[in-house]
Amino acid sequence: MTHIHDVVIIGAGLAGMRAALEASKVADVAVITKLYPSRSHSGAAQGGIAATLKNVDSDDCIEFHMFDTVKGSDYLGDQDAIENLCNEAPEVIYETEHMGVPYSRTPEGKIAQRKFGGHSLHHGKVAANRACYAADYTGHVLLHTFFEQCIKQRVRFYSEFQAVGLIVVDNRCLGIVAWDIQKGGLHVFHAKATMFATGGYGRVFKITSNAHASTGDGLALCLRAGLPLEDMEFVQFHPTGLYKQGILLSEGARGEGAYLLNGLNERFMERYAPTLMELAPRDMVSRSIQTEILEGRGAGPKKDHVWLDIRHIGEKRIAAVIPQIRSLCLNFGGVDPIKQPIPIQTTAHYSMGGIPVTCDGRVIYDEKNSLVEGLYAAGECACVSVHGANRLGTNSLLDATANGRRTGRTIANDIGKLKLNALPENPMEDTQERIGRVAGSTGREKVIHIRHDLRDSMEENCGVFRSGERLQKQKQILKDLLERYRQIKIDDQSKVFNTDIMEALELGYMLEFSELIVEGALRRTESRGAHSRTDFPKRDDVNWLNHTLAWRDASGQIRFGSKPVVIKNYQPMERKY
Amino acid sequence: MIRTFKILRFNLEKDKKPHFQNYQTECPPGYTVLDVLYDIKGLQDGTLSYRRSCRSGVCGSCGMKINGVNLLACKTQVESLKKKVIHVEPLPGFPVMRDLIVDLTPFWEKLENIKPYLINHTPPPTTERYQSAEDQLKIEEATWCILCNCCTSSCPSLWANKEYLGPAALLKAYRFVFDSRDEGAEERYKVLNTKSGLWRCHTIFNCMDACPQEINITEYISKLKTRVVSERY
Ligand SMILES: Cc1cc2nc3c(=O)[nH]c(=O)nc-3n(C[C@H](O)[C@H](O)[C@H](O)COP(=O)(O)OP(=O)(O)OC[C@H]3O[C@@H](n4cnc5c(N)ncnc54)[C@H](O)[C@@H]3O)c2cc1C
Ligand code: SF4
Ligand code: SF4
Repeated sequence: MTHIHDVVIIGAGLAGMRAALEASKVADVAVITKLYPSRSHSGAAQGGIAATLKNVDSDDCIEFHMFDTVKGSDYLGDQDAIENLCNEAPEVIYETEHMGVPYSRTPEGKIAQRKFGGHSLHHGKVAANRACYAADYTGHVLLHTFFEQCIKQRVRFYSEFQAVGLIVVDNRCLGIVAWDIQKGGLHVFHAKATMFATGGYGRVFKITSNAHASTGDGLALCLRAGLPLEDMEFVQFHPTGLYKQGILLSEGARGEGAYLLNGLNERFMERYAPTLMELAPRDMVSRSIQTEILEGRGAGPKKDHVWLDIRHIGEKRIAAVIPQIRSLCLNFGGVDPIKQPIPIQTTAHYSMGGIPVTCDGRVIYDEKNSLVEGLYAAGECACVSVHGANRLGTNSLLDATANGRRTGRTIANDIGKLKLNALPENPMEDTQERIGRVAGSTGREKVIHIRHDLRDSMEENCGVFRSGERLQKQKQILKDLLERYRQIKIDDQSKVFNTDIMEALELGYMLEFSELIVEGALRRTESRGAHSRTDFPKRDDVNWLNHTLAWRDASGQIRFGSKPVVIKNYQPMERKY
Repeated sequence: MIRTFKILRFNLEKDKKPHFQNYQTECPPGYTVLDVLYDIKGLQDGTLSYRRSCRSGVCGSCGMKINGVNLLACKTQVESLKKKVIHVEPLPGFPVMRDLIVDLTPFWEKLENIKPYLINHTPPPTTERYQSAEDQLKIEEATWCILCNCCTSSCPSLWANKEYLGPAALLKAYRFVFDSRDEGAEERYKVLNTKSGLWRCHTIFNCMDACPQEINITEYISKLKTRVVSERY
């Protein structure tokens, strides 16, 4: 079946829905999502969304937010995009409030704001209260509010449709192919403008804060259509994942004053970031935790974790500002954080890299920023790049919302000029063939085993600390896994809700772009932000102050290129906290 | 420890009616029912279908009936289930699409009916609209609803009358009617103040017991009733 819409947006998280709200003011928009909109992973975000509202710190200013973001990115962020992000933040947040987001409030009735890692006043002097929040349900209430506004504006959703193919001919995007999960069957969505907002890919790692659905589908579809991905080696590991589960305990806890303690009960951050302590940026805190564990100061019988201690914050304040953290600990970790410290370990959390786009959300296909006509992206799947080598907490809800809005506006502006170009003769051919092949697999390998081997090995060899040796090893492991993937077995042949086939497709995606993460990490012989090489411990601005672009052709060959970083007001400096 | 699960299976392409299928699986300490479903699907039977995403109790995908009670699979520790054999079934009260997956279309339609969005006709200021911390607290808990429908599906009034809006939609209505920034109460009363609206609720508390977010649903529904009565009669 073929559907025609002016605009097709894939993904109904914050980025996709915020864009839909803009574009649908002037155009006919369809949003395709493999989950019901309210179930997108944006809803798991707890801590907050950054903006210089000055509701708590009257001396905060937008320029401080810019500086912190640039420094946090380890100078790999593009400063034009960062300027836009920080400048637009206050208006973007006020808009969400007008839409109905039930923010927590200050005593005067303004939006409440709290501290978050890496955000400071006066270029690092003291921690800034810049994170707007709704208890620790910030992402949840934003997501539901955007969904509500989409209902109000009668945005057309195709829920439980999974995009499985992207149609790009001669650098023009004509739409996508999607599988109807509920009924089975392929549909072509033919559009003037297509936008990806498919979120992150934490599921590539064993311990992750991401949802089962965070499998990076949009990235893989772009790769397969011959488009490059940017900065894939930069993956953020969040310091405080619940031990063994990886479920996130928001940085909001440390914003409220929580301590990190090692097995010897020392507040070990003193050694690594004496000024900001627990509120140093995530990459640093994660490395500090990992170092404590590697040097034998971990907690527990295996000395493989550390503690997050919130007891001194007190039951009342915990219930008022971080209630979800307590219930997560009780339900998933079996500990009551009012009485005991919480066992934590680092958890794969956020993908800084993604589909390369201009500041306005237009997808590019080469080092010269040439545009793919009619293709756009925003949110975690895109790389603008506002986060560079490491994103600051609360900047990604902002990225998804602000750049979702920006991209929606770009589409609204472009739509009059864009044509509905003719589809190729059989636009579903490739996808049909691929799904047919997967569905008909009768090999011996179980998808779950390959998936687990992928996750375990990525965690082991491409995690917080990396080295040339380990990455080489991982490169070979991925080749073997891709080989095994050809031998999988599919049990389910029904049409309705065939999650067996969809999960197998997702695994294929993850294997393919993991190669870019690993080979990008191998190629980048320096340490910057979240990418930390034990064999190249220093940042190297002479050779590596640039973005990675990577392509993967049908035979699996990977090709690299690079793009300069946009530097405006801030020259790279040493990054100390 | 190895535990036995009886899971209700249904595939409309093959089956006339649902049937239970037995699975046995190893459940280490800390295992949730979602972990079990994941293992069964991956290791024993790829045809088993269920919804899931966040696995941390916030997306609302994995509501199902476990040993007779509506629960989120991800939030249910296997160790907490004392019965020898654990029964897992789809949420009652909704048409079953496949195995543990129900068709929520009726719910999404009802949700739209109550106008689930802030209605405010006054042009907004250039900053935020002010709201006192007190007023925010009135709606805060209600905004934590994850639309899992564990409540809706446990509601005897809904089983009896499929037109009934049900607790989750009513809770959403509460969240807006009691939002100090909202001006849409009148429009919503038209839907709430009907036979299939508020007055179908007989305060049976099933919904509250089922709510994984532990929201005081009945209290909020009662407040809505009082509000409608005081403004309408
Ligand atoms: C636990 C957790 C806590 C966080 N806390 C914070 C925080 O406090 N502050 C902050 O700023 N950031 C936080 N983040 C990061 C932030 O939440 C995300 O980066 C952001 O929400 C991503 O939004 P998105 O719209 O890009 O993607 P998502 O919300 O992940 O949405 C992706 C959408 O794409 C759809 N989709 C994916 N693949 C397909 C496909 N093949 N076909 C159709 N649809 C598809 C999904 O259905 C979904 O609707 C947190 C992240 C996590 C995991
Ligand atoms: S209190 Fe009302 S809504 Fe809740 S179960 Fe009872 S009848 Fe249903
Ligand atoms: S009120 Fe509770 S049970 Fe009902 S949908 Fe919301 S979260 Fe689920």
